[in-house]
Amino acid sequence: MQPVIELRDLAVHFGKREILKDLTVALTGRTIGLLGPNGAGKSTLIQTLMGFCPISAGTAKVFEHDVSRETNRVRALVGYMPENDSFIAHQSAVSFIRMMAELSGLPRDAALERAHEVLYYVGLGEARYRQLGTYSLGMKQLAKLAQALVHGPRLLILDEPTNGLDPAGRQRMIRLIREIRETGQMHLLLCSHLLRDVEETCEEVLILKQGRLVHYSNLEEERRTNKSFVEIETAGNDAGLAEELSGLGCACTATGTGRYRMTLPEGFELREIYRVAAARDLELRRLSHRRDTLEDIFLKAIEEGHGGL
Amino acid sequence: MAVYKRSYKTYCGPRTVPWGRFLILSRYSYTHLFQSKFVLLFISACFFYPIGCLAFIYFSHNAQLLALLSLGDAKLPPIDGRFFFTFSKIQSNLAFLLTALVAPGLISPDLANGAMPLYFSRPFSRAQYVLGKITPLAFLLSLVTWIPGLILYGAQAGLSGWGWTNQNLWLAGAIFLGLFTWVTILSLISLALSAWVKWKLAAGALVLAIFVAGAGFGAAINSVLRTHYGSLISLNQVVYTIWGELFRYDWGGQLSLDQAWFVVGLTLVISLWLLAKRIRPFEVVK
Repeated sequence: MQPVIELRDLAVHFGKREILKDLTVALTGRTIGLLGPNGAGKSTLIQTLMGFCPISAGTAKVFEHDVSRETNRVRALVGYMPENDSFIAHQSAVSFIRMMAELSGLPRDAALERAHEVLYYVGLGEARYRQLGTYSLGMKQLAKLAQALVHGPRLLILDEPTNGLDPAGRQRMIRLIREIRETGQMHLLLCSHLLRDVEETCEEVLILKQGRLVHYSNLEEERRTNKSFVEIETAGNDAGLAEELSGLGCACTATGTGRYRMTLPEGFELREIYRVAAARDLELRRLSHRRDTLEDIFLKAIEEGHGGL
Repeated sequence: MAVYKRSYKTYCGPRTVPWGRFLILSRYSYTHLFQSKFVLLFISACFFYPIGCLAFIYFSHNAQLLALLSLGDAKLPPIDGRFFFTFSKIQSNLAFLLTALVAPGLISPDLANGAMPLYFSRPFSRAQYVLGKITPLAFLLSLVTWIPGLILYGAQAGLSGWGWTNQNLWLAGAIFLGLFTWVTILSLISLALSAWVKWKLAAGALVLAIFVAGAGFGAAINSVLRTHYGSLISLNQVVYTIWGELFRYDWGGQLSLDQAWFVVGLTLVISLWLLAKRIRPFEVVK
């Protein structure tokens, strides 16, 4: 599969400050989350992918195009929604989006048509003739998303798309991102410090800390793996339970009085556990799948990442 | 895709050629500029003097009209280097005021609203951005300086005949080169200032200050230190020196031509450097 983003020993310096160092990863997922604490280098990585920051060492490629040498080709393939306020106050939304589309290479008429379409798509159809300076924060975020979509990019880079949004605005933005993902027409790189946003929208996660890659995780695989881990809690005489469950093919370990952690084999039916417990007249108080939230993954990665990878 | 269908569809149509995209910015800038009635009125006012000059040229070649007004024996000023030097001085001052009015609105709003990443996240370079922003300003300034200057020259050539034209062909070159130099200086300095001062009014005031304060400060240095080097910081004096040479007219300046061209070159280099430092997709906080 063609990698969407490919980094090889990437390093970026601002003066003497080393912002990104030794980043090596190939991302192929449809939606990629970029996580990290403040100052981890997330925005710098995005700016490097856009060709804004000069690369000090290594390479960065987007759809196999080198960011340094084929900057314009990369920019033509990418739609970018910046983190901060970015608009032209005295222009109406439709005029602004049209100009952005034209700068991306769309002919005038097509640009106007697309501007109307994307503004309707993001939910600003009724407000498209209003000046951007009069928009609320949520509307400005949607206008930024519209300008990133207007030229039909293959990769959409969203830098903190839910920043400053109220819960309803955030929900609307997340729904839009999911809809875009589900169209299957473009890849998404979502940079956020809100783990819930990433968890709700992304398949792959990249965690940065102090400019280094400290964790790469395929959330889909993590979710699948989590399903094969079960924790049970019993009350009563449970002597020999671990051995009996192990006999069914599970790897079973006791983690405390009446508590067991099991790794289930492929195709294992949970009702087998209930059957064994019933046969032993054992009260089964709790049975739950282990669920590593993104927060667990993130905190673990940040803790482990003290020494870097 | 019709607007009522709220599902996303990618764009697969044709694309325009990249080199011409700077004109898109120019087009939007024109639209914005001409929304101001004051700018329109001022541009119109800039044509009063050239129209007056055109009437004068016509008048001075019309013996019947002169006789009718009993001015047949009157000695009218000749249409020569001095005439065009005066024309350039007046129009250049109007062009300067037009710059202070128009230029601050070109780049400062983009910087104030953080729009730079949006421009440069597209296949659009910094050079194209500057070109796109400078084109409307340079065109407007040309419209009130060398274009009417050449029209006046053409009118004089047409009315005086081939002999005058042949003898004064250098004047056409002088009008174009002299005023185009002024247009370039004004455009680049004002864009550079506009790029560094986010507030439109402050940028406009700074454009005025650079030229007016520069001239005043230069004059003060000259009178206090009894030198002529103070004129080096007065861009008006510098340009008049160049025009004096081009129009073959001694206007009484003290700078040499080499000094004047050096100051012009230095000003342009500094303006370009200021623009290059500021026109970036993002600000590096060190």
